[in-house]
Amino acid sequence: MNLDTVKRAEQSPDEHMPFAELGMKRDEYDRVVAILGRRPTGSELAIYSVMWSEHCSYKSSKVHLRQFGTKAPKSEALLVGMGENAGVVDIGDGWAATFKIESHNHPSYVEPHQGAATGVGGIVRDIMSMGARPVAVMDSLRFGGLDQGDTRRVLPGVVEGISHYGNCLGLPNIGGEVVFDPCYIGNPLVNALCVGLLRKDQIKLATAPGPGNKVVLFGARTGADGIGGASVLASATFEDESQAKRPAVQVGDPFMEKLLIECCLELYQADVVVGIQDLGAAGVSCATTELAAKGTGGMDVDLNLVPLRDPTLRPEEILMSESQERMMAVVTPGDIDAFLAICAKWDVPATVIGEVTDTGRLVMTWDGEVIVDIPPGTAADDGPVYERPFHEPLGQHDLNLDTPDSLERPADLRETLLQLVASPNLSSREWVTSQYDRYVRGNTVLAQPADAGLLRVSEVMPGAEDTTRGIALATDGNGRYAKLDPYAGAQLALSEAYRNVAVTGATPLAVTNCLNFGSPEDPEVMWQFAEAVRGLADACKTLGVPVTGGNVSFYNQTGTAAINPTPVVGVLGVIDDVAKRVRSGFTAEGLRVVLLGATYDEFGGSEWAHIAHNHLGGLPPRVNLEAERDLASVLTEAARQGLLEGSHDLSDGGLGIALAEACLAQGIGATVSLPGGDAFVDLFSESAARVLVCLKPENFETLTDLCARLDVPCYGLGETGGDRLVVEGVLEATVAELRTSHEATLPGVFG
Amino acid sequence: MRVGVVTFPGTLDDQDAARALRLAGAEAVPLWHADHDLKGVDAVFLPGGFSYGDYLRCGAISRFAPLMTELVPAAQAGLPVLGTCNGFQILCEAQLLPGALVRNAGLHYVCRDQGIRVDNATTAWTADFSEGQEITLPVKHGEGRYVADAGTLAELESSGRVVFRYTGSNPNGSLNDIAGITNEAGNVVGLMPHPEHAVEELTGAPGVDGRGFFSSIVRKLVDA
Repeated sequence: MNLDTVKRAEQSPDEHMPFAELGMKRDEYDRVVAILGRRPTGSELAIYSVMWSEHCSYKSSKVHLRQFGTKAPKSEALLVGMGENAGVVDIGDGWAATFKIESHNHPSYVEPHQGAATGVGGIVRDIMSMGARPVAVMDSLRFGGLDQGDTRRVLPGVVEGISHYGNCLGLPNIGGEVVFDPCYIGNPLVNALCVGLLRKDQIKLATAPGPGNKVVLFGARTGADGIGGASVLASATFEDESQAKRPAVQVGDPFMEKLLIECCLELYQADVVVGIQDLGAAGVSCATTELAAKGTGGMDVDLNLVPLRDPTLRPEEILMSESQERMMAVVTPGDIDAFLAICAKWDVPATVIGEVTDTGRLVMTWDGEVIVDIPPGTAADDGPVYERPFHEPLGQHDLNLDTPDSLERPADLRETLLQLVASPNLSSREWVTSQYDRYVRGNTVLAQPADAGLLRVSEVMPGAEDTTRGIALATDGNGRYAKLDPYAGAQLALSEAYRNVAVTGATPLAVTNCLNFGSPEDPEVMWQFAEAVRGLADACKTLGVPVTGGNVSFYNQTGTAAINPTPVVGVLGVIDDVAKRVRSGFTAEGLRVVLLGATYDEFGGSEWAHIAHNHLGGLPPRVNLEAERDLASVLTEAARQGLLEGSHDLSDGGLGIALAEACLAQGIGATVSLPGGDAFVDLFSESAARVLVCLKPENFETLTDLCARLDVPCYGLGETGGDRLVVEGVLEATVAELRTSHEATLPGVFG
Repeated sequence: MRVGVVTFPGTLDDQDAARALRLAGAEAVPLWHADHDLKGVDAVFLPGGFSYGDYLRCGAISRFAPLMTELVPAAQAGLPVLGTCNGFQILCEAQLLPGALVRNAGLHYVCRDQGIRVDNATTAWTADFSEGQEITLPVKHGEGRYVADAGTLAELESSGRVVFRYTGSNPNGSLNDIAGITNEAGNVVGLMPHPEHAVEELTGAPGVDGRGFFSSIVRKLVDA
């Protein structure tokens, strides 16, 4: 095979280049030719095709995502916003937290174990590249129906992949979601979140300044795995060719990643890193173009120096390989020996492959010949931007008119409670979460099944202050709500994650999001996307929590059937004194049980309508952001004053499920009476902005005063104690029978 | 008193172990796998993790680390050594303890709070417990099923060298519900559960039942 050099490209302007096979459109290819003033070489085409793919360039979503910037609330906490590998938030006492959620949906369908594992690996490297120590992970997972055959293939593989990779990496898994719905049967969603901690004066950025500085590739060797993975998998729908795409899924080595983490932290401590970037989607192409574009502007790279696992790889393949566990750093010539010595200590292969220049060109050679000579910004930043057409789906109006009001409501509410508590989406997640290490590193204060994960900030880091602080994290999303109204659905996802953070006593600070949708080329899907982004941006502004970063996953559809639009929102909060955190559920006998927030007759998109009638129609629960904010203020203030002994968010399944789960937390029952006139509505409506708390009777008045000040409705429901949940005049169930129903569902399917 | 905490490539619970030792009043001394140097410590903690990725048998590579060539004779001469999880697996591979840890019977990694009974309260690491005491510690492992041949098992049982047994349901199918064992001299103890994750009210498993391990060794070293 002839080497396609720049010289050759100039001499053979009419040679056909396989741009369509690499997922590029004709007009996109023409733009490359215009930029270069000649046809691209094979290697250049490889770079542009991956960098301009939907996954890397956000070409369909960019025009909408801008709202996260233009509508962003003022926030003193925000240190690094969108556009870097991950956002960074000031959490006080000289500490900062960095967090981000990212999808690995398509690879996880093709090869569940490796797809999910490398999803964890990728997001962890994003966090490392900000200069932070990764300290925890979470996973937001969606699968087809629990009774559908392929779920039995996909779920165990995904859980094993996350379990193996995350556990071996030594990061506690502190929460997330597991949701079942037939709409995800051909397109499971695997959204992985990682959070890291760093000193706020130690933030690292992806930049390559300083001509003469060395470019070092370190970590795993480059192999043929995942060539074109991001562009091929994330940017196309599945028909029947998923077998053919199997080689495009990357294979992970968590042991190498653990070494990389420790190695990077030692490099940061030794202060021998000028700029750093992880190698994720689009591998060397992405790292070199982005580093160069954000630095002095130029870079010379000798691709022959890239250490290979497979010596037969061609330069085009090296550029596109998505081999895992690799990083690229920019290092001054004076520090290079110290840098390489630290890598050697951790047995991490490290190789100088190039040098920063001020030429404004990214130049790569192979066997001494120039094969790439491009302005790096044109690949990294100047990709195509599409204003995709969108319109409301044709059936949307009818869907909203088909309200749940006419559905037959149950007479036997005990039966309904037992049915819901055992339903696929509300049953115990223990089968999944018991496969994750939630204790490692010794700082986990709350983990599943608590509403949010909560970590103590206690890291051995030179120069760092001791602090009493903690960070809380929650992810939420509801595809059924978003299907009924994507604007409200995105706001409800934010509301719930925000509330889940506040329930621990923490103050919500910042947002990350993973936007999972069908094909952007379908105007109806694009409308869902546009509405969801608009809703989320508006709600972030009202709640005062900026979006710091995230990820868009399009093409989650099989044929013309798209998934329910599923914006997943992650919220990070901080608690000043982590010892004042509020535990989950009922934590002792003899406590007052109190409901905060107002309940309305709202069953559109509810779990009850789904389980009892397989119905999806009407409108989701009303969004009330002011109420969410006031409720959060009550919760954080009550926690600060030490008023609360336990708490639990109300969401899917309403008060009935919240009561049952609060009883199950420590096996303590409760006797309550309902505040409203309609027991069914009281127990199973999914109205937003509501939380269940328990507290010592002597603190009840202080809490009601606090609620009155902020106009938060507050109802004393009853008292904890005994071995059963009693809803007076309505139903009675022993904690033991609730547990049996709750815990049998997933093991019944997965063994 | 100075207690070494060993870090192999892939060790994960070293920070937790060091913290637990400090909370008990000991000095935690980092020991590096590639050094031929025990730094004169009074005891050694081998923490959990996936040393060398555990791509071969768990602990099979670690036993050949330079540090282990120092540790094995020192342990044979009486140095107190505690191995938890991967540390226990390494102690078995290094033949400081008999038997082996194999894949869990349920084939899944298991992370849960586990009931455990202390069956031997005379070792260097368990003297602050009482025999028959029931405690709760987290387990978190994929390969924790203790196995040994019938003769070894009989000898362990008859000589009181089974130090810990699982109560309630057995998380991994371990023979005789064995969670931890000791050597003949009682200075080397290995167990799958994680005492270092149960020493603070705020974090980790419910309760602080792991403290007894650290107070035991500290008292022994002070008395010595």
